[in-house]
Amino acid sequence: MSHAIRADKFLLDADRTTWHDETLWFVREKRDRAVYAVPEFQELRELASQIKNHTLSRLDLYLQEFEAAAQANGVHVHWAADAAEHNAIILDIIKKQGATRVVKSKSMLTEECHLNPYLIQHGVEVVDTDLGERIIQFRDEAPSHIVLPAIHLKKEDVGDTFHTHLGTAKGESDPQRLTEAARQHLRSKFVAGEVAISGVNFAIAETGAVVVCTNEGNADLGVNLARVHIAAMGIEKIIPRLTDLGVFTRLLARSATGQPVTTYTSHFAKPAPDKEMHIVIVDNGRTQQLGRPDFRASLKCIRCGACMNTCPVYRRSGGHSYDFTVPGPIGAILSPNIDMKKHASLPFASTLCGSCTDVCPVKIDIHTQLYKWRQVLGEANEIPASKKWGMKFMGRVLASTRVYGLGGQFARRALRLLPHGLTHAPSFNAWAVARELPEAPKQSFREWYAKQPQPAPQPQSQVPA
Amino acid sequence: MKVALFVPCYIDQFYPQVGVATLQLLEKLGVQAHFPAQQTCCGQPLANSGCERDALPIYKHFVNTFQDYDYVVAPSGSCVYHVRKHFDKLDQTAEVQHVRGAAYDLIDFISTVLKVDALPGAFPHKVGLHLSCHGQRGLHQANESEMTPVRDGQLSRLLRSLDGIELTQLNRNDECCGFGGTFCVSEAGISARMGQDRVADHVRNGTQVLTGSDMSCLMHLEGIVRRAKMPIKVMHAAEILNGVLASV
Repeated sequence: MSHAIRADKFLLDADRTTWHDETLWFVREKRDRAVYAVPEFQELRELASQIKNHTLSRLDLYLQEFEAAAQANGVHVHWAADAAEHNAIILDIIKKQGATRVVKSKSMLTEECHLNPYLIQHGVEVVDTDLGERIIQFRDEAPSHIVLPAIHLKKEDVGDTFHTHLGTAKGESDPQRLTEAARQHLRSKFVAGEVAISGVNFAIAETGAVVVCTNEGNADLGVNLARVHIAAMGIEKIIPRLTDLGVFTRLLARSATGQPVTTYTSHFAKPAPDKEMHIVIVDNGRTQQLGRPDFRASLKCIRCGACMNTCPVYRRSGGHSYDFTVPGPIGAILSPNIDMKKHASLPFASTLCGSCTDVCPVKIDIHTQLYKWRQVLGEANEIPASKKWGMKFMGRVLASTRVYGLGGQFARRALRLLPHGLTHAPSFNAWAVARELPEAPKQSFREWYAKQPQPAPQPQSQVPA
Repeated sequence: MKVALFVPCYIDQFYPQVGVATLQLLEKLGVQAHFPAQQTCCGQPLANSGCERDALPIYKHFVNTFQDYDYVVAPSGSCVYHVRKHFDKLDQTAEVQHVRGAAYDLIDFISTVLKVDALPGAFPHKVGLHLSCHGQRGLHQANESEMTPVRDGQLSRLLRSLDGIELTQLNRNDECCGFGGTFCVSEAGISARMGQDRVADHVRNGTQVLTGSDMSCLMHLEGIVRRAKMPIKVMHAAEILNGVLASV
């Protein structure tokens, strides 16, 4: 199913679409205020982009440096080629502990690897401790945004969900009471957690430490209470030195939510006495993307979600319409790398307006990559046949002055003569579902020009009446 | 200075008055532009649809048509952006490189080549400016709201120089209108919704005349305005500026 079809379903509820659009635009405006207040923001972006470019060019070396430093800190380091290996490694660690209760803080990588269903299937209880993640976990849904996973839900939806799963009063939609119910529920899970799983925002090659940014402190609670900490990271999370980190933490929160910094920016370097720490380093398609010169810059992404908040298409189609772990503009350039056929429509889910590129804190040329993916998909025959043959036909017409001129005359005459109901039939003219066609003039510009006294026509007023 | 007028295919066929206004406006500013009759299109619709290969003959036709001119001026930033940015797929002969560099959006040409940033004349209406993405973000003709807001836009500066004009303050200054070339057909639902939201921002803030320098966005917005029978007139900026100059 294409993005357009899934988006049309979202659009059916016009009020919810408006609300979704306005909510995310509010975040975008918060981001603008935070960014305008930093005079050196563009220099920071450039620096971050250069650090990431440099790191990607020596990724193997920095990963090995990171592994050695982490091992020296007493951390167990594991390597996973794909999602299946990632899941198996984590299950193995849990089994060796004889544990059955896992608390997890938000990690898009574990979503990407479908870790939760895998662990549950193997008899492990997994509780997502980020509030938004917990809400969608109750509802058995995927996140619709990478920073705001439940942004597609209104507080009334959360009230219904908590009524079913946490026994709150029916119809309760007061955010404070709902949050309090979640807090009490999660507290019992934190206390009982045997293994804590977290994502990783940044991994520092120099020190072997990982950095996790949250606003709820749930990663810290989970890790500090459980006996074992497993941190799962994609290979692209590496930055070379501790001194590089400040560049990214200044950019991440401002771009994501408009905060100067996330509430908790926690460094995990080594296990506490009598505890264990594991880091799972995952590829899962990333080296393949690294090997595509046109698309490797997508690995610079720090997962701030700013491109989603700014994208006029994402705001009006919702994250689920992308049907990929990472939705929005960045997801539309990451997803065809994983499965070109399944995600063939995503690079076309954009007007190429370029706002994603301008908002990106690490300067990923997102809209340029969307354009390039379209060419790759066209060459691979992954675009609809009607479009393919239509464009071939147009190519013939537009390469010839004579054919173009005749075609234009014919089309304008047809538009003028055919009844409105036919030219505007929604069944074969998608334009006319919501828009009038332009009125077809009797004369094209070139026909007008040919009749003018050469070399130049006389000026005449074009002021509207 | 040999200046060619490039009238993009959809303007040629559906908005000839925009081509006329562009030609006349240039003449009033002292530039005698010539319209090479063999021109067709820049090939953008095909390339944006993933069919760049099918567009190559169109690119070559375009270069052959315009290679002998110093400047190629068009009332459509999106087509100019395409020529400048995406003709990199051709062998970069001297002719190709020349045409890529010679392509100018009309307003950009007036502002940076002719160095005109004020015009005499009056346009006593409340005017809403639609900043088209390819011109604004692609060709940097106006400040992007994602960046630190310091730079003024070329078209807003020209319009503000007119007597009696009032420019609408929008809630979302530079949001995309949702046209996007073939996007308007392949993602028709989202495209229409974006256009409706864009027009609503103008209506809410009192726009009487909706303008911009890229006719493709305006074609889409006009289609929405006419369907909803809204009391807004949609005009290309060339029509406003040309009309104003004729009246002084």
